Amino acid sequence: MKYVEDFRDGRIARQIAAQIAAEVQADRQYRLMEFCGGHTHAIFRYGVKDLLPPNVRMIHGPGCPVCVLPIGRLDMAIELAKRPGVTLCTYGDMLRVPGSRRQSLLKARAEGADVRMVASTLDALQLARANPEKHVVFFAIGFETTTPPTAVALKLARAERLENFSVFCNHVLTPAAITNILEAPEIRAMEAVEIDGFLGPAHVSVVIGAQPYEFFAEEFAKPVVIAGFEPLDVMQSILMLVRQINEGRAEVENQYIRAVTRHGNETAKALVAEVFELARNFEWRGLGDVPYSAFRIRDAYADYDAERRFGLSQGRAQENKACDCPKILRGAAIPTDCKLFGKQCTPQTPLGSCMVSDEGACAAYYKYGRRAAAPRMEAAE
Amino acid sequence: MKHARWLEGVVEMGHGAGGRDMADLIEGLFVAAFANDTLTGEEDQAILTLPPGRIAMSTDGFVVSPLFFPGGDIGALAVNGTVNDIAMGGADPKYLSASFILEEGLPLADLRRIVASMAEAARAAGVQIVTGDTKVVERGKGDGVFITTAGVGVVREGARLSARNVRAGDRILVSGTMGDHGVAIMASRAGFDFETDIVSDCAALNGLAAAILDAAPGTRAMRDPTRGGLAAVLNEIAQASGIGMTIREAALPVRPGVAGACEILGLDPLYVANEGKLVAFLPPDEAEAALAAARAHPLGADAALIGVVTADPDRFVEMETLFGGRRMVDWIAGEQLPRIC
Repeated sequence: MKYVEDFRDGRIARQIAAQIAAEVQADRQYRLMEFCGGHTHAIFRYGVKDLLPPNVRMIHGPGCPVCVLPIGRLDMAIELAKRPGVTLCTYGDMLRVPGSRRQSLLKARAEGADVRMVASTLDALQLARANPEKHVVFFAIGFETTTPPTAVALKLARAERLENFSVFCNHVLTPAAITNILEAPEIRAMEAVEIDGFLGPAHVSVVIGAQPYEFFAEEFAKPVVIAGFEPLDVMQSILMLVRQINEGRAEVENQYIRAVTRHGNETAKALVAEVFELARNFEWRGLGDVPYSAFRIRDAYADYDAERRFGLSQGRAQENKACDCPKILRGAAIPTDCKLFGKQCTPQTPLGSCMVSDEGACAAYYKYGRRAAAPRMEAAE
Repeated sequence: MKHARWLEGVVEMGHGAGGRDMADLIEGLFVAAFANDTLTGEEDQAILTLPPGRIAMSTDGFVVSPLFFPGGDIGALAVNGTVNDIAMGGADPKYLSASFILEEGLPLADLRRIVASMAEAARAAGVQIVTGDTKVVERGKGDGVFITTAGVGVVREGARLSARNVRAGDRILVSGTMGDHGVAIMASRAGFDFETDIVSDCAALNGLAAAILDAAPGTRAMRDPTRGGLAAVLNEIAQASGIGMTIREAALPVRPGVAGACEILGLDPLYVANEGKLVAFLPPDEAEAALAAARAHPLGADAALIGVVTADPDRFVEMETLFGGRRMVDWIAGEQLPRIC
């Protein structure tokens, strides 16, 4: 645990906290969006909020892979899983996310569908090799972090001529989503989502590098600090953002220098480019249609594209009308604003995707921060 | 000659049909391994004489996959699980029953290994397996073997342990490192291909529990944090007693290998299962004596006092983090699943 615990040292945390407190200007608000669910998780798990002055506010962004998948796409996966002869596999978090009509992949499994949790795309390939009588679909989700492993699986499947394997692709892109948050008129109109700076993604940036954020730091004059996922990384990055804001700078700075370079992982990027191309449009939960914000599988790999192979199309999804996940994902509401939070919607009975994953804002609030939320909940009643 | 048969072959439907094959299985395997005067294979019940006093009784079903894992197997779990549930009530476990649901096709050599492990665990815990049952289900309708054990024990004089007894000011003791069993199981499951030297902590806790109760007779409650881990036990007790708790992350014993595996998989050791650890809630003036007694016992060398019970109408369990903040320790919802990003 050496090299991990070093980044969780409470003594250093208090030093950085003192520095942040000394440098913030009392008449100024610092509204910082942490894009990634990994940061949201760290902020709650380690109690980072307790170490920040009141005018430094963290706004939780949409960077939780299972949270932003629109219900319509999940419904497609559930329908696919129910087809005879299909084995659908995906990463653990996805299994509990509620789709339309209170369905989920776990419920489909209980009703007889063959749904498996895998820890790696290679496990999905292995399932296909070991079960030639079944068709194995890998339900691929996630940002740039999980895309290269899916590319590897597709390349291997084609090289091996593995005919009973395909991928249902839902890989999405971070920079497009951040631009959308800053650009969308309804979001700009809402004063609640004024954002003064961004904590940039950690693992995503390991793959894509720091360079892709340069455009909107300049275009929208918002500082970005790429931050690691450990709590000291988060603290130090907040200090760096406070300094940029105080000095009127809007640059891309890299706090996570131990893992992120300007251009990222060239090998991974090349792999991804070989197998995927940009989809003209993709629907995000909370953000709506975002142009060029997701990958589709290239024609050369069409045989391994579950959507084409099974002729899937996205139907009308049923959202729970009272669920505030879409607003929470844009940073326009906080979990305790939602009428369902902590009442009908809990981690045990999630009604919205943000309550499922540890990276979801609602789950983090519920799991780690209910004490702070409690008075507010009572006031709302 | 007869023994050789137990090494070859597989469980067949006939082993549960009530005929000669079943009688052979019972006599040649179970009765021989569990060797005690009460279990003869000839009676439908065990007839026992218990010492005077209150009786603690408990039952538990075991469905673990894989059947064999580093540090134990389903047989040892089935004995220790019920022994521990009885011991957590301040009782001295005496007798167990064992009911087996076997899946057609289970290698008899595996069954023999499991039964031998149960016999060994029973001997180590000082209990006797005095009655049992065997059923066979068709291939595909079980997961190799399911075992249900039940047991009785005699509650020690004066002990009044209950989940409802815990009060503000009490101290919380854990008997050792958290999460070993769950990580050992996960590491040996298909899909999580990583190497670790972590083995299950599967063990009978009656000796350790007795040592703690000798040193701290005022102990309010004890629990073994199995499924749902430490977090589940703390929340159960907080609910039942109507109190809150504050634990300190810095005081929590976790092996580096377990912490590392949890880090890779995105799990939290607080929610990972244990099979040979206990949590004790102690009146403050007996806490140090209980800690010393636990540490003097071979199963309690890493014991630690991890926090205090607070008066809290919300019944929240909170943790002071290593980082200097505070966070809630909630129940687990559903299964703990690895994170994606």
